[in-house]
Amino acid sequence: MQSKNEMRMWFDARSVNEGFARVAVASFVAEMNPTLDEISDIKTAVSEAVTNAIIHGYERPEDKVLLSCVIEGDTVEIAVEDTGKGIPDIEKAMEPFYTTRPELERSGMGFSFMEAFMDEVQVSSAVGKGTSVRMRKKIGAQEG
Amino acid sequence: METYCELKDGYLLVHVPRELDHHRAGSLRMEADLLIDAYQVRKVVFDFSGTEFMDSSGIGVIIGRSRNMGYCGGEVTAQNLNERIRKIFMVSGLHKIVKTEGGVAGNTNRMEKNHAE
Ligand SMILES: Nc1ncnc2c1ncn2[C@@H]1O[C@H](COP(=O)(O)OP(=O)(O)O)[C@@H](O)[C@H]1O
Ligand SMILES: [Mg+2]
Repeated sequence: MQSKNEMRMWFDARSVNEGFARVAVASFVAEMNPTLDEISDIKTAVSEAVTNAIIHGYERPEDKVLLSCVIEGDTVEIAVEDTGKGIPDIEKAMEPFYTTRPELERSGMGFSFMEAFMDEVQVSSAVGKGTSVRMRKKIGAQEG
Repeated sequence: METYCELKDGYLLVHVPRELDHHRAGSLRMEADLLIDAYQVRKVVFDFSGTEFMDSSGIGVIIGRSRNMGYCGGEVTAQNLNERIRKIFMVSGLHKIVKTEGGVAGNTNRMEKNHAE
């Protein structure tokens, strides 16, 4: 498979859009014939990244979350970006169970889930400027 | 408002929604805690029969209830986990905190059934 396909969208930082975002990505990658397990992995990772932008990145629901997807051959790359608060210490933020919002009963497992369910996760962030999470997954890697 | 909870004899049964994410977590938690307080519930059972999706926000809800139950000597259990929810329990380590009916190692019958479909 040598196909390339790309999409890009943005939406309000409202919790109702968490479900929308993961379903949109799931439909977009359907052409890659992923297994149900691979789709669920992708949906979980997208949900985590988008939820983080909404809860941690932004305070106002009118702020926009940018979501983009590139399919290249058998690999999909998904990027979730916000122009919100940013992360002061990325390494610490990515530790399991680390959360800055325990009062919201956050489990601190978001980044761990992204890393468990995708092949590669790259985070870049600047305080006061925003955060970008890039995740890659090869489809069909589980077969054989 | 949707309702997820059902007061049973001696425990609170929580019908976990089809998708449990941050969007749903708030109202589920609020409803459960209202009933737990009002009826002094000491046991909470999360039922996943109708659940297709759960992310780390759901983990937060379960750990939170489990902690609260721990303070008063109560307990939290989970039942009817499908393969996906089992995977989420395993990856997060939740299976070490919350007792799951049938365990998390996998239920062969269920897997065979899925294959036959
Ligand atoms: N988009 C973001 N903008 C600002 N901070 C973030 C963002 N994503 C993650 N963080 C920070 O990283 C921490 C860990 O994130 P995560 O592992 O998803 O756990 P949780 O969401 O449960 O807190 C968050 O508590 C927050 O401090
Ligand atoms: Mg998170």
